[in-house]
Amino acid sequence: MDSNPSRPLSPHLSIWRWGPHMLVSILHRVTGSGLATVGAAVLVWWLLAAASGQEAYQTFTTQAGRWYGIVVLVGLSWAFFQHTLSGLRHFVMDIGAGFELSRNKFWANMTLVGSVLLTALLWAWIWWGAHG
Amino acid sequence: MTMETPLARVRGLGSAREGAHHWWVERLTSVSTLLLFIWLFVSLLRLPGLDYRTVTEWLQSPLAAVPMLLLILSTFWHLKLGMQVVIEDYVHEEGSKFLSILLLNFATVIGAAFALFAVLKIALGVPHG
Repeated sequence: MDSNPSRPLSPHLSIWRWGPHMLVSILHRVTGSGLATVGAAVLVWWLLAAASGQEAYQTFTTQAGRWYGIVVLVGLSWAFFQHTLSGLRHFVMDIGAGFELSRNKFWANMTLVGSVLLTALLWAWIWWGAHG
Repeated sequence: MTMETPLARVRGLGSAREGAHHWWVERLTSVSTLLLFIWLFVSLLRLPGLDYRTVTEWLQSPLAAVPMLLLILSTFWHLKLGMQVVIEDYVHEEGSKFLSILLLNFATVIGAAFALFAVLKIALGVPHG
């Protein structure tokens, strides 16, 4: 496709002063892309393993329980919470609310705090479920 | 008199009027995907374990298999719409953009098909004796 040179271009990243809203916006895409690739692959693997029988399922749970498996699963759960919270923030902004500078910044920060908190809660629950 | 096709004349001029629908379905599937994942997390955390027998017996129940099938459809639909936006924003060269979108569509359909088949195989298979 030929690009039309008369169409306006937005100024790029380098001219803006960094703020939490930019970080959250970029994280929304990064976490979304991670969930869409790694997350979807883990989901499909888990289901296919369960459909293939005891041995295949055992392979999955063994890998998932190793340190790198846990790292991937913790990462995916954080990505899920971050993407969800920032997605909910987008819903509020879709109705035209929450654009005041201080409020926008506050809720951007809250998605970052919330996703870490929810990830910690989830894994504490899983850990206590397994050991308590 | 121009030799351009009508398609060549409108290329690069902007919207093909699909944008609003894409935007709306992306939000619709985000709500359904979120609700279904809350269901999945709560269900998994309530199971006595995540071993083979527990998970496959659970997936044989219609009340687990049907939401799981919906979760797969909703999730893959949503991730396809989202990844398409990411590709369209960052892949500018027309050839690689076309190829990326093509691969995205193939990967989405293949991934979803395998996941759906897996759930159906468990749900419709011979129950544990």
